[in-house]
Formats: sequence, structure tokens, C-alpha cells
Amino acid sequence: MRYALLVQGGPYSSQASHSALRFARAVIERGHCLATVFFYHDGVYNAARLSAPPQDEPHLGDGWRLLHDEHGTELLVCIAAGLRRGLLDQREAARHGKEGYSLEEPFELTGLGQLVEAGFSHDRLITFSP
Amino acid sequence: MSGQETHDLEARDPDSVVDNSVTAGDLLVILRHAPHGSSWLREGLDTALVAAAFGQRVTLLFAGEGVLALLTGQTAGPLGQKGTHGVIDMLAMYDIDTLMVDGRALKSRGLCTDDLMLPVTLVEADGVVSLLQSHRLVLNF
Repeated sequence: MRYALLVQGGPYSSQASHSALRFARAVIERGHCLATVFFYHDGVYNAARLSAPPQDEPHLGDGWRLLHDEHGTELLVCIAAGLRRGLLDQREAARHGKEGYSLEEPFELTGLGQLVEAGFSHDRLITFSP
Repeated sequence: MSGQETHDLEARDPDSVVDNSVTAGDLLVILRHAPHGSSWLREGLDTALVAAAFGQRVTLLFAGEGVLALLTGQTAGPLGQKGTHGVIDMLAMYDIDTLMVDGRALKSRGLCTDDLMLPVTLVEADGVVSLLQSHRLVLNF
């Protein structure tokens, strides 16, 4: 089956992101395809480029990146939710006159239409909210 | 789905009959948060608008605190929030006219359909189950 996840919980503030990542791994271990993860609401912070958790805690950002590297999972971040919360890729940072940028590949800023599309084009869309 | 006439009738009658007939659609968006205090409601409504703009048939279910989204007389918040009443006003423009409200959530807050901005259909437990079953996709905010 082709799965998509919707992650709406902030990393380290609630269990949602941890559960989502573990579910993602379980789905793949069972032989399914985890094609897309969509980050919305506070879930967009999972894509923060500068996130630096203590070394003895799971690094959620790296966990998502690894999924992309190993399985080609698309990591989509809602652009409206991201920009409000300070998550800008290089292009958006330049457009808004910001010096740094806080989001980079493989995370991708995209529109909400992609969430709707993911909901209809995968066999399952599973939501992880706080 | 009951027609516009039924809706108007329900809007006028505070003790309107609960409609448990099956409403089918592509996407069911469940809204469970009040207008101010968090961005859940706004972000849920945004999702509904985008889906409708993409040509999907969208049903909204207002449940729990979410029923407050439909209250008349709302204004922008003192903290500079835009509020969500503007979005509620735009729903018709996006052809989102299937508005379901959890009757118990409304009643337990001392409200009736007369207090709401738009005509709605009331549902209760069984009706919610059919709504979940009759939509291809359910998103919960």
C-alpha cells in the first residue's frame, strides 16, 4: 500500500512527531511504500534546518531526512504555515529580505493543495496530531 | 442531503429535527476548535477552501468547541487576529454549503441554530458515523 502521513504536532513538544516517524519506519518494514509526509500546523517545525536536540535524544529532522534518502519519501511543508512560523527556504528568505534560511532540501515548501492531493492519491493518509 | 428549504426551516426552528440521512462527498473536514486561541480552526478552514478550489466536494462538520466558529456577531480578536468569520462568509463562494453541526455540542453550550451565521444540518452520533463512512477522505482539525 502507498501511505501518506500528515504531521501536525511540533517536534519535542508532543508525541505526534515521534509516533509519526516510528509509524513511518513500521510501514516500510512491513513492505509498504511511504510515499509522502506532509507537515502542517506546528508540524512544520520538524523541517527546521537548525534543530539541535541533545545527542542522547532521537533527532527527528535527521529521521525524516533519512527516510527521504533511503526510500525517496517526499517531505512536504505547507508554505503558509511555514512562513508564519519562520520556516523559509533560501528562495523565500531572499524574497522576504531575510539573511538566513531555516529550511532546506529534502524538505520542500509547498501548497495545501498537495495535502489534498496526497489524501486522494495514496491508499491511506494517516494523521498525527498533538 | 436535504435541500436549502429544509436548511432555512432548521435555522428558524431552535428545536430542529436532527438529520441523519447520509451526506456524501469527497472530503470531510472536522473542525473541533474555537475561532480564537489557536490556529487550528483557521488552518482547518484553509484546507477546506483549497480542496474546494481543486474541485472536491467538501463537507464541514463542526464539533465540540468548533460549533463556536458559526456564532453570529464575531469580530477580529484584540490580539490582531483576523478571526475566522470572514472565511465562514466565503464558504458559499467556494461551493461549500454542506455544513453539519454536532447537535449535542451546540446544545451543551446553550446554543441553537438561531445563533448561527449560516443554515446548518444537525447531526448526532449515528449521523457522524455515516459522515465518516460516506467521504473518501477525512481530515480532523
